[in-house]
Amino acid sequence: MAAQEELNPSHVEKKAKKKPAKRYWEETENTEQNKPTEEESKAEQKQKTSTATEKRKNAERSLSGKEDPFPGEKPIPQKQLRKFQRGEKHKVPARAGPKLKHAIKSSESLSELAQKQAARYGLMLPEDAGFLEGDDGEDTCTISQDDIANAVDITSGAKYFNLHLSQFGPYRLDYSRTGRHLLLGGRRGHVACIDWQSKHLMSEMNVMETVNDIKWLHTEAMFAVAQKKWLYIYDSKGVELHCIKKFNDVLRMQFLPYHFLLATASATGFLQYLDVSIGKEIAAICTKMGRLNVMTQNPYNAIIHLGHTNGTVSLWSPNQKEPLVKMLCHRGAVHSVAVDKTGTYMVTSGLDRKLKVYDIRAFKPFHSSFLPAGASCLSLSQRGLLSAATGDVVQVYQNVWGSSPVSKPYMAHRLRGQVCGVAYCPFEDVLGIGHGQGFTSMIVPGAGEPNFDALDTNPYRSAKQRQEWEVKALLEKVQPELIGLDPGLLSKVDQASFEQRHKERVEVMGFDPLAKQKFKPRMRKKGRSSAGAVEKRKRKVAHEDQRDEIRQTVEDKVKRQKEQKEKSNKRKELEKKSALDRFKK
Amino acid sequence: MVKTSSLQKTTPSEAVTSAMAADSGDEEELHTDPEQAISASEDEEGSDDERKHNKLLEAISSMGGRKRKKQSERSEASVQVSEFFVNAEGAGDKINLSDLLGVVEKTSGASNKTKKQLRNLQSTKETLELPLNKQQKEKIQRGIAYVKTAEEVSNWQNIIVQNQRADQMVFPLKQEPSGPKRVEQVVAGWKVKTPLEQEIFRLLHSNSQPVLDPVLTPVEEASLKAMSLEEAKIRRAELQKARALQSYYEAKAKREKKIKSKQYHRVQKKAKRKEFLKQFDEMVKSNPQEALEELKKMEMSRMQERMSLKHQNSGKWAKSKAIMAKYDDSARKAMQEQLQMNKDLTQKIVVLSEDEQEDKDEDLEAVPDFVNDPEPIVDSVNPWMRGQLTQEEPEVSRVTTEELQTAEEEKEDEEEELIGEFERKRKMRQADEEDLIPTEDKKHVSEVPGEDVVEISDDDDDEDQEEEEEEEEEEEEEEDVSKFNTLFNLMRSEKTQEGQEDGEELLDEGQVRVRNMEDLEVLGEVFEQQPSATPSVPQTAVADKTSEPQNKKGISLSEVLTKEAKVIKVPFLPTVVEHEEMEHDEQISIIKEAFAGDDVISDFMKDKKKQEEAGRPKVVDLTLPGWGEWGGIGLKPSRRKRKRFTKKMDPPPPRQDRKLPDVIISEKRNASIAAHQVSHLPFPYENPAQFESTIRTPVGQTWNTQSVVKKMTTPKVVTKMGAIIEPMAKEDFIKGKSSTAAGKAPAIMLGQRDKRAKVGEKRTSQKKPGKRAPKRRKQ
Repeated sequence: MAAQEELNPSHVEKKAKKKPAKRYWEETENTEQNKPTEEESKAEQKQKTSTATEKRKNAERSLSGKEDPFPGEKPIPQKQLRKFQRGEKHKVPARAGPKLKHAIKSSESLSELAQKQAARYGLMLPEDAGFLEGDDGEDTCTISQDDIANAVDITSGAKYFNLHLSQFGPYRLDYSRTGRHLLLGGRRGHVACIDWQSKHLMSEMNVMETVNDIKWLHTEAMFAVAQKKWLYIYDSKGVELHCIKKFNDVLRMQFLPYHFLLATASATGFLQYLDVSIGKEIAAICTKMGRLNVMTQNPYNAIIHLGHTNGTVSLWSPNQKEPLVKMLCHRGAVHSVAVDKTGTYMVTSGLDRKLKVYDIRAFKPFHSSFLPAGASCLSLSQRGLLSAATGDVVQVYQNVWGSSPVSKPYMAHRLRGQVCGVAYCPFEDVLGIGHGQGFTSMIVPGAGEPNFDALDTNPYRSAKQRQEWEVKALLEKVQPELIGLDPGLLSKVDQASFEQRHKERVEVMGFDPLAKQKFKPRMRKKGRSSAGAVEKRKRKVAHEDQRDEIRQTVEDKVKRQKEQKEKSNKRKELEKKSALDRFKK
Repeated sequence: MVKTSSLQKTTPSEAVTSAMAADSGDEEELHTDPEQAISASEDEEGSDDERKHNKLLEAISSMGGRKRKKQSERSEASVQVSEFFVNAEGAGDKINLSDLLGVVEKTSGASNKTKKQLRNLQSTKETLELPLNKQQKEKIQRGIAYVKTAEEVSNWQNIIVQNQRADQMVFPLKQEPSGPKRVEQVVAGWKVKTPLEQEIFRLLHSNSQPVLDPVLTPVEEASLKAMSLEEAKIRRAELQKARALQSYYEAKAKREKKIKSKQYHRVQKKAKRKEFLKQFDEMVKSNPQEALEELKKMEMSRMQERMSLKHQNSGKWAKSKAIMAKYDDSARKAMQEQLQMNKDLTQKIVVLSEDEQEDKDEDLEAVPDFVNDPEPIVDSVNPWMRGQLTQEEPEVSRVTTEELQTAEEEKEDEEEELIGEFERKRKMRQADEEDLIPTEDKKHVSEVPGEDVVEISDDDDDEDQEEEEEEEEEEEEEEDVSKFNTLFNLMRSEKTQEGQEDGEELLDEGQVRVRNMEDLEVLGEVFEQQPSATPSVPQTAVADKTSEPQNKKGISLSEVLTKEAKVIKVPFLPTVVEHEEMEHDEQISIIKEAFAGDDVISDFMKDKKKQEEAGRPKVVDLTLPGWGEWGGIGLKPSRRKRKRFTKKMDPPPPRQDRKLPDVIISEKRNASIAAHQVSHLPFPYENPAQFESTIRTPVGQTWNTQSVVKKMTTPKVVTKMGAIIEPMAKEDFIKGKSSTAAGKAPAIMLGQRDKRAKVGEKRTSQKKPGKRAPKRRKQ
């Protein structure tokens, strides 16, 4: 004993210092003392609650002895829970085996836990969105931008500004995914990238060529410019990185951020996909639809929507050479298409001056409204505000897919020149408008999503964070083969028949792995391999696989014929029989 | 004497005894069968009462069990006694068991027990059953063994199921507590307090188990006593010597093996054989058993030699030698040697058998490596990618002033060409349209020139200027574009390209499908013939279109694009709106709505119909002309035959867009994603819905909180690095044994007493092997 203590004295000391742990036999003494109080409390509790809850309360009593008025975890509101629900719960079938039962039960409990936890973390999204509200009788669309800018705080007010660039006019624009950076491309070759919140000009140049469209790539370090002939890629300093000659006469571009794909639509009717991460053309599809100057993407499933002059909107994926869906939306040419963030609604405007809202999941028209002046450019904000440019006026509509079609705009703003491009800034209440006389940044309260996912698109990220994000995003890159109308298809069991799958396999491999080898008679010596003998041998095994079937069918046939014969014989006999037959001997 | 009447009543066993009795004597008969005696006496009518009485008494007394030997007197001749019955007893018969039995019966010395046994033996006719044959016996044994083993193995069932279902298994299952602390050290400062503990300690003391210092039991201590230094040294020296000897021997063997001389080896062999024989002789004396075995071996080899033709000069080599033997002395010698060998072998001489070397030829079949990659057809086929469209332009721009004149000339030529091209193109288009079905032309008709006028009036001045600029730019491109367009027109029957030939930026300047006058002229005739039957006001909503029964022919025009449009009243800023324009706009819109749409719609409908047709499987005609009938020019196979050999395919599943008039949904399967999908339902699931429900929750960090991700991605098995994973010990996991194990629980288990207290909690302790007691000790 003493030796032990010497061996490890520090440990023993520690033990001595420590207050001895509570033992159940000690507790018994205490309980004797506490008995009367406990009995009282028990009596009270009996009146109030059942024994089960009582146990819990006893367990959760704090050191001070006060009861916790709100025991257990904080309840999660049903609405929040529903938001994170993924699919329907699956009940365990009545006659399921133990393994199946266990598998289903455990997965259900896990998904429930995931749902609850996610809903709980909803508390960490503190920001909320609001809208502009006018006084009594005041229409919100009559409130001018200057008034709004004066009314709000200075930083927000600074978000309303105009850039007078009349020389190289009309401008197209693009915001980076984080919403910090703005890219401007004038039709006559002027390209500028700006950190628009600090008004810091990152680079500016003139490409000395027509600029059809511009687009940021996955980060603000690179952008693509569709020039008169080829597609160019520049870095944020304005240095030309690539000239991609496979992509010619590009009119419109879309960047699919999770697939790292740059989709381009050209004047020659080609829809091409460029994988930005590996610099390879993934697909080139001849749409046979003529000039493609209306293009948008569905952020939900990365499907490209193209608007055509014959009033149709077609949906494309890089995996199919024909449109997935073709919808007739307008009687005239389609002017502009926009798809909302959740991939539920599509808004189109056309030459027939109509503004249509479609439920893109069911491909059914939802609302249709008539704009007296038509809309040339459409854009949807993260919160579902729709901006439509009609001539030199930009109108913003609220509640586009409400129960009734929109009757009047939420806001309106008149510009100096013809509007060429409209885009909402992500995570900001700002609408950027590119027009003939430059660029205007307009404040639209309630347009942007107030809460951002810092791991995905963080407007305030540092250079280091951006680098880290880039690596992660590249690792998590979604392959282009997975693009399809239903992004959940991957979690479904492929129920195609064996034949169909086999056909596809043969197509991919180039030969049939299951094909039987053709019979090749062995070469025999001593004159037994004459042509006749070989043929005879071949005949012995010819159609070996079909023989059984043939034999069966032949047998069946014979049987059937026999039966028929018998039947007919019987009938004949019956017919022949006369009353006098009985006297025959 | 009693026989005739009594025999009928007796049972077979009695019959045997009675037969026995008949042989032995009459007196005996009376003893054994008193009833018969009575019946016999009844036969005599009119006999004395006294005698009767005596007999009765006798009979009664005989029933008492004690068998008295008393001769019965025969006072009178009875019916049954005759001379025929008297015979020489046991003259020529064999002695039977029954004879002996009779003697035993009589002798007083034999015990009752043996008598009874013998009698039983006599009575039982059963023969002994044959023993079961081997197969049946083994079957029964197997059955019993199976039951026993199954019972034993089923003890493991619970723990195995538990482990299979466990979310995570940490191996090794019995884990030592982490950290440098040893249990006895922890226990050192601890004193017995509870009554239970006191009791346990009392028990331990009584069994002389180490309590406070449970490091080593006496046995362990003894085992730990190391050997002495000297001993170790001796052992080491021994080992060294052995190793050295071995290496010498090996070296020698190597050396000898390298010698190539045949003579040497022969001599060596002979010496060996002699040596062996000598050894064998010795062995016979010293160790006869081993010698016997050796002998057996020799016998075996002899047998083999006798069976084979190995040394009998019958092989190829021997035959060739036989020819040479006449002349060649060495050949003869060799042959003789062979024969000698045979002789030797057949005469009890052992030859060491040689191992056969097996050559394994590895015939690897060549795998067909011609896996054809599906070739991407993108560029080579694609005329657009050749880049003629804009490549020509830079050449023009670089033209120097010197070449300007020639350039101008060329330009003129180009213009001429252009005109020619246009004319060709127009003809082509006309031809195309003549080919088309007249219904299609309907759509062209509806375009009204007035609309164009209206549209143009909309345009702003600025935009016009812009347009002009662009037109100038693109004039040169036009040639190429037209080429391609003709190509397109050939390829497709649709006319969607027409409007775009001019290739302008047609965004917001009220662009309309422009058609040149020639087209209108061509189409004019058709227009007059076919009144445009399209509904003029498709705006009237057909809300209940879905409820209407779908006519099989297709979708009528009135059903397409029927969503009612609500006019948005735009409270423009006063500067924006001019009322005159508004009215004008309304007019325009009315005109447009009346005429603009239907060509677009009919075009779309046609497209849809075409798609549907393409999706339908075709009827396959397998008719072979000339089979079963006459064939030749002008002869067609008969209709009956054709009907017989045309195969109708099953109709395809209903199209997704059958209820959506203005939508075409492609029915093509997306094979690219199929490679990533689950193609076969995994095991416990019975239908896809079950499986899909289990994978519906995403696992990634993007959708889940950190803790949930961690929980979802816990590895099923965790192994501790460097630790030995031993198989499960029976006493640790099986319930039946655990009770006995608990009885043996040593002092170290004290830390876990509350876990052990309940049987139900045993499972939890198994799940957390880290908390389990480190070791069990024997008492």
